[in-house]
Amino acid sequence: MKIYLNLLTAAILATFIGCNSGGDSAGKGALSSSKAAEKVYVAPGEYDEFYAFMSGGFSGQLSVYGLPSGRLLKVIPVFSQDAEKSYGYNEETIPMLNTSFGFVPWDDAHHPELSQTNGVPDGRWIFINGNNTPRIARIDLTTFETTEIIEIPNSGGNHSSPFITENSEYVVAGTRFSVPIPQKDVAINSYKENFRGALSYIRADKPGEMAVSFQILVPGFDYDLAHSGKGKSSDWTFFTTYNTEQSHTLKEINASQNDKDFIAAVNWKKAEEYIKEGKGRDFPVEYMHNVYSDITHTATSNKISGVKVLIPSECPGLIYYLPTPKSPHGVDVDPTGEYIVGNGKLSADLTVHSFEKMLKAIENESFDGDVDGIPILNFEDVVAGTVVSGGLGPLHTEFDNKGNAYTSFFISSEVVKWKIGTWEVLDRLPAYYSIGHLMIPGGDSKKPWGKYLVALNKITKDRYLPTGPEMNHSAQLYDISGDKMELLLDFPTIGEPHYAQAIPAELVMKNSKKIYPINENEHAYAIKNERDAKVVREGKVVRVYMTSIRSHLNPDNIEGIKVGDEVYFHLTNLEQDWDVPHGFSIMGARNAELLVMPGQTETLRWVPQREGVYPFYCTDFCSALHQEMQGYVRVSPAGSDVPLKWSMGED
Amino acid sequence: MHRIIYTAAIAMASLILSSCGGGEKKTLPPPKHVSESAKMASPEDAMKNWKSNKGIGPVTNVELGAINQEMALDGQKIYEEMCTACHKVDKKFIGPAPKGLLERRTPEWIMNMILNPEEMVKNDPIAKQLLVEANGAPMANQNLTQDQARKVLEYIRTL
Repeated sequence: MKIYLNLLTAAILATFIGCNSGGDSAGKGALSSSKAAEKVYVAPGEYDEFYAFMSGGFSGQLSVYGLPSGRLLKVIPVFSQDAEKSYGYNEETIPMLNTSFGFVPWDDAHHPELSQTNGVPDGRWIFINGNNTPRIARIDLTTFETTEIIEIPNSGGNHSSPFITENSEYVVAGTRFSVPIPQKDVAINSYKENFRGALSYIRADKPGEMAVSFQILVPGFDYDLAHSGKGKSSDWTFFTTYNTEQSHTLKEINASQNDKDFIAAVNWKKAEEYIKEGKGRDFPVEYMHNVYSDITHTATSNKISGVKVLIPSECPGLIYYLPTPKSPHGVDVDPTGEYIVGNGKLSADLTVHSFEKMLKAIENESFDGDVDGIPILNFEDVVAGTVVSGGLGPLHTEFDNKGNAYTSFFISSEVVKWKIGTWEVLDRLPAYYSIGHLMIPGGDSKKPWGKYLVALNKITKDRYLPTGPEMNHSAQLYDISGDKMELLLDFPTIGEPHYAQAIPAELVMKNSKKIYPINENEHAYAIKNERDAKVVREGKVVRVYMTSIRSHLNPDNIEGIKVGDEVYFHLTNLEQDWDVPHGFSIMGARNAELLVMPGQTETLRWVPQREGVYPFYCTDFCSALHQEMQGYVRVSPAGSDVPLKWSMGED
Repeated sequence: MHRIIYTAAIAMASLILSSCGGGEKKTLPPPKHVSESAKMASPEDAMKNWKSNKGIGPVTNVELGAINQEMALDGQKIYEEMCTACHKVDKKFIGPAPKGLLERRTPEWIMNMILNPEEMVKNDPIAKQLLVEANGAPMANQNLTQDQARKVLEYIRTL
């Protein structure tokens, strides 16, 4: 009711404001300004200006939206099985979800991070972390497919991840939940004695070759978020911490006692030197590294043993703590690399540290004690300024290309724009409701494209038509090209899009693959010609070498299958035209369909349980004769002597 | 009640906005592919006139000399990999058999059908007729290069 009244008020207000629109479009969104509608209007057949990659949160996936339209372009399965695309169901991608715990078909995805060259997003890959069973995934932006997942050992809750270094050398991973390292059976209340954190650096610039290059063993705090420096600070990574109280229970209260926690500054170039010098200790861990190949169309999962761990007390100059009020959540580095913003989520103010001052404080050994050999720098010697905003609950900051910063405030539910250097607040707009992360295309890089800002809100409530108790989360698009921010659009998002990143479309679309060349297909069970279609029995295992092209599957009549056989349908799609995938499913299959791209091969496992004749068919509408794209498998009793036979087009 | 207020608000708002002149109203760009409402020749006519039909696409002129066996051999390989799922050499399958094709179609038409099937089945009178005969089974675009299509043509000449 209230909303409608507000609408009415807005309309009445508009009467008085008359034609001077555009100024106050904040109130209830786009309705108050036709200009807002025009700014997000992308005509049918036209393209959006930006790709936005939004974390799927507890869906475990990554969704791709167009900006400014807010149109959903694709959902890329990453950490969770996806029956639509057969990800984690077909034989080829099951290994992608392998971990040291075995097959883990779900995770909690948080922070998409685009690859960078010289501190600028380059559109090659995007990385995203899995928080629950610590992992990092690489998505190839030529195919929009997950091509690599690495498990992070010595970690509990991979949250401060996968923030990237300036030339994609490393993505990082910090433990949100400290745990015994190495894992062991201890009393939980021995936390202070036994629990530690680890900050991991994972080599990221070579596709298929991700590896945990080294870890740094740190006190048992909660390591929350991170960002690497840029330009002059590009050798450093900054991690926020909370629970410096090292509480193990009722953290809601017990982890919020200290006035200041820390931002950890890690010199990763120094770490590389220490590793070269042999300072890394060998920790006996086992973790999995899974790689998908676009040539074999198959993933492999390999176990990696051991990791090199640096101990700060043995490695001077490796890591420092910058005191920061209070339970800082996001840590964000401005485009120049000079300012390190600590978003103290239990504080009203933002604390901004200076990189130059930090270096000077280190040089002068201006320390205020240490924690486990990690020097604590004097707060007064590193702080550059404080943004007194009047907001509550600052979480994250992104930047534009005009020297401004934009901070999300969760509790006061607003975006606050402020000036870097003077720390004055320039503008503020409400977010509907309870904003978490915010995102500007390139907004955590050296070169933000400061035209739009997206608020990623935690609470939706009454923004859309109600859909029962559960509703999608809500994103909001703001125009930030002018002095004042302007709310343009609401659009729903999948799961919980913690963070998102966006990049100009032209940096990605020019590299987008349209098909997989069939003559490059090296899948172990691919056939490239219909005349090679066949069915082969190897004991109880039966392999069907099948092809698809509009509009038939070959073979489409198969006999001689027996109850208890393990049948593998290896389907190669012979099409070589863009956007002509074929699907495949068979009655009673207990996994999912296949969705095979042109030139690709995928495999569905099927264990027939009862004798009879079972239909299979193409599940993705492919042509006028799609409904005819079907066939049968005859299943005979276990001891039957029905000969193995296959055909297509025979009477 | 809610709805009435809501509607009223929108109505008021739009009234106000529309009264502002709306000079910036964005018009839709014309559709990218305007299909020519080509004169619908009767199918019989289309087939009869095959000698003057070069099809629609990138190929406008092909000079045929003596058969180049090396090219034809390459063409056979490409044909077997890319085409045999629908075209058996000497009998109609999903699509027509290529045997004797040069007695029914111009070389340009053949290459354009390989290289530009989507537009051909929409706008070329012969291709349109063939699509109907195939019950709407489309000619798949297998993304051959012009050079590959030329080699396939050379192979077809040997059949």
